[in-house]
Amino acid sequence: MANLSTVSKPSAQQQTAIRSLRRRRRIGAIATHAALIALSFVFILPFLWLLSTSLKPDDQIFAFPPVWIPRPVIFDHYVRGMNFIPFWTYLTNTLIYCGATIFGTVLSSSMAAYSLARINWPGKNILFAILIGIMVVPGQVTLIPQFLIFRSLGWIDTLLPLIVPSFFGVPFFIFLLRQFFLTIPRELSEAARIDGAGEWTIYSQIMLPLARPALATVGLFTFLNAWNDFLGPLVYLNSQTNYTLSIGLQQFRGQYDSLWGPLMAVTTVMTIPVIVAYFFAQRTFIQGITLTGIKG
Amino acid sequence: MATAAILRRRRYSRQQRHDLIAGVLFALPAILGVLIWVAYPILASVYFSFTSYSILQPPRWSGLENYVTLLTDDPLFYKTLYNTAFIAVFTIPLSIVIAMALAMLLNLKVRGQAFYRTIFYLPTIVPFVASSVLWLWIFNPQYGILNTILWYMSIQGPGWISDPAWSKPSLIIMNLWSVGTWMVIYLAGLQDTPQELYEAAELDGATPWQKTIHLTLPFMSPYILFSMILMLIGVFQYFTQVFVMTNGGPADSTRVYAMYLYQNAFVFFKMGYASAMAWIMFVIVVLLTVAIFRTSARRVYYGGQ
Repeated sequence: MANLSTVSKPSAQQQTAIRSLRRRRRIGAIATHAALIALSFVFILPFLWLLSTSLKPDDQIFAFPPVWIPRPVIFDHYVRGMNFIPFWTYLTNTLIYCGATIFGTVLSSSMAAYSLARINWPGKNILFAILIGIMVVPGQVTLIPQFLIFRSLGWIDTLLPLIVPSFFGVPFFIFLLRQFFLTIPRELSEAARIDGAGEWTIYSQIMLPLARPALATVGLFTFLNAWNDFLGPLVYLNSQTNYTLSIGLQQFRGQYDSLWGPLMAVTTVMTIPVIVAYFFAQRTFIQGITLTGIKG
Repeated sequence: MATAAILRRRRYSRQQRHDLIAGVLFALPAILGVLIWVAYPILASVYFSFTSYSILQPPRWSGLENYVTLLTDDPLFYKTLYNTAFIAVFTIPLSIVIAMALAMLLNLKVRGQAFYRTIFYLPTIVPFVASSVLWLWIFNPQYGILNTILWYMSIQGPGWISDPAWSKPSLIIMNLWSVGTWMVIYLAGLQDTPQELYEAAELDGATPWQKTIHLTLPFMSPYILFSMILMLIGVFQYFTQVFVMTNGGPADSTRVYAMYLYQNAFVFFKMGYASAMAWIMFVIVVLLTVAIFRTSARRVYYGGQ
């Protein structure tokens, strides 16, 4: 009885202990937030600096101490930057590169993933092991022979060397899609098979629609890879009319010092699509993960 | 009975044949891809590494010459290897510490976790070209933001990327801006650690520091190992930033291995020599990976063992 009463009615001493614990927790939470806000500021600062430079007149760019917030906000650098390089040509090439590789990667990788996840054939485990294994082969090893293949095909200075390989499956995405296909209940495809559906129908009418979140993830990552690719265009593209944005930016080279404003403007334009894509990807990605989690 | 069994077997084997054809057809692009874009290039690359090959003339067998020259008679080979190692030795441990610290902070179940996570992750998705150009401007000795902040603190900032003594540290600072990928991976790991153990430790009066050392780090060790190996592979591919920002300068202080390889292949057209460099790199990465696994075998904790 005595025990019970102490539990229900904490002594004054215990009350102070609880209060101090609460206070300590609150202080901890405030300290955590303070640290996170300070760190966020450090991480976001380069972006703000980028934006600020792209929006202020030259005399404010080259002012010391610097002008942090542009007064007035001007868009001249965007116009100048996009005229200094053939921006729309580069953008078109970049979008062709992105669009074609997304199509190729999603199609070829999902087909291979379907074969590995849903069809029982001897050798599929070997193929799977090989696909995992080649993920660790560094790109530099295969780059030179690949370049020579494309050279003998006469594809140098075209977008083909950047696009065509994506139609042959990308190991990491094959792996990702295979894992996803494994979580789709077999009953669905078996029911269709009994109704007389062939493999292609099952793949295209049943599996692909169900795998939409995973396909979106693959598509978005392929977009980011193509949009950000630098080495590929650098190695394969020679003439300006074929440049993508990433190597097109190199044309400011040597004139950086006088053209910081336009350069930062074009850099901003190049960065915005990936940030937008990220906000989409974040959702599809989480969707994909939760779907897999629920079904797995 | 017998006919039924035969029928069943025949149907079974027809099913098998159908599966084999369908399976191979669906995987055909990937199978061809492995053969054309990986298997053949690997074999060709091994062969090229034993030849003198300038593209203009067909490859000429030269035995071990490329390897011997690289290892005994090419100061730039060692210089670029040193630069790469320098960047790796600082970037990898610092990235692990910072990414882990960020992940632990976020794992305190703070409000707005998703918001902070987005901010820390954002730098990793920015195109390397864009971030390189941006950091070139940040590092600008006269008008850059870094020296401005130092100026507010009455410190005379260095020349950063344009100073041979500071160029590599500059690249390392820039690399640390994009630790977001590892933070996301660590955060996923932290959220997987068994909460009951933490509660038990708290009941036993463990301090936050003790919980970090004796619970969190052991549970996180497989993630740290995984990220370390991926970073190691990544640092040997380190190229775009250097190409855009310094082109290897000043005084070769930022000429890294991948850049020297690229230059040998596509500027000097020494395809055989560059292939040999690629294989030396591959061997180094494999050896280091094995070494990391060996030394960490006893320190890495895999759940349930």
